[in-house]
Amino acid sequence: MALWRPVVALGILGTKLGMTQLFDETGKAVPVTVVQAGPCTVTQLKTTATDGYDAVQLGFGVTREKTLSKPERGHLQKANAPWVKHLREYRLDNPTQYQVGQQITVALFQPGQRVDVVGTSIGRGFAGYQRRHHFGRGPMAHGSKNHRQPGSIGAGTTPGRVYPGKRMAGQMGNQRVTIKDLSIFKIDPERHLILIRGSVPGKPGALVSVTPAKLVGAKG
Amino acid sequence: MNAQAIIRSLEAEYLKTDLPQVEVGDVVKVGVVIQEGGKERVQPYEGVVIARRGTGVNLSITVRKTFQGVGVERVFLLHSPRIANIQILRRSVVRRAKLYYLRQRVGKATRLKQRFN
Repeated sequence: MALWRPVVALGILGTKLGMTQLFDETGKAVPVTVVQAGPCTVTQLKTTATDGYDAVQLGFGVTREKTLSKPERGHLQKANAPWVKHLREYRLDNPTQYQVGQQITVALFQPGQRVDVVGTSIGRGFAGYQRRHHFGRGPMAHGSKNHRQPGSIGAGTTPGRVYPGKRMAGQMGNQRVTIKDLSIFKIDPERHLILIRGSVPGKPGALVSVTPAKLVGAKG
Repeated sequence: MNAQAIIRSLEAEYLKTDLPQVEVGDVVKVGVVIQEGGKERVQPYEGVVIARRGTGVNLSITVRKTFQGVGVERVFLLHSPRIANIQILRRSVVRRAKLYYLRQRVGKATRLKQRFN
């Protein structure tokens, strides 16, 4: 059995600002997503000795003191961090190379680097068969009452049940989505911007996490 | 600065300042930079602007011409570095935002009345 390995790289948290198209050095129009990422504060270092695993906890976003609970405030004060909205952990092999209170900025990345982006996809609520799974629909006229129904969902007495994973209506979107192996178009360290080639999950304003790409089959 | 303002400021770096005001119905000559055996060359493309869409860095025009009896349409992103230059040769009186009806016409029927202002 293959051993589960965590993503062994520090990433950064950011807000998706929106998309546009810009031109690369050859003059080709490139679709880019603008992400305002960081500066994130290291709020905690987790080590195998104390927590059972190695990770770095980052804080991102600004919020008001009254929105945080007393334990949350104490946790942030211990790290000398501002009142942050989001806390996320990144599993690392060696978290002690970072210090609590350290600022992580977009300087973590270079243009051209491959990244994975994790976010929450746009929620579409309880969606039917056509919208969620691109089923075909029945005739709308000629006496048909089978307009947006799924058709057969399986055999009869044998097996006598619906197989797990059968595509049906249900919640669509608003779930964690990872887009892998996107490339960085440009970095703007002054305004904390990362321009990522291609699209990332969620609407503008959504929280996204950008990490160096974890390539399948890559060594290490 | 809000999100839209940031995106507009990123686009601003790529905007050309010397673009003429191209309108629908104009006959234009577009200089397109093409790669030919490792060398770059400007190739002219001449035709009538039948559509104009987008704003800012996304501004594009559709240019139609009839080449050897076959209608050819090309879409140009005007702010692209691949567009070396654009010249307006003549302007026309048009009463539509999109001149798609020209696709249905051939020969003399595709003429547009010239405008001199």
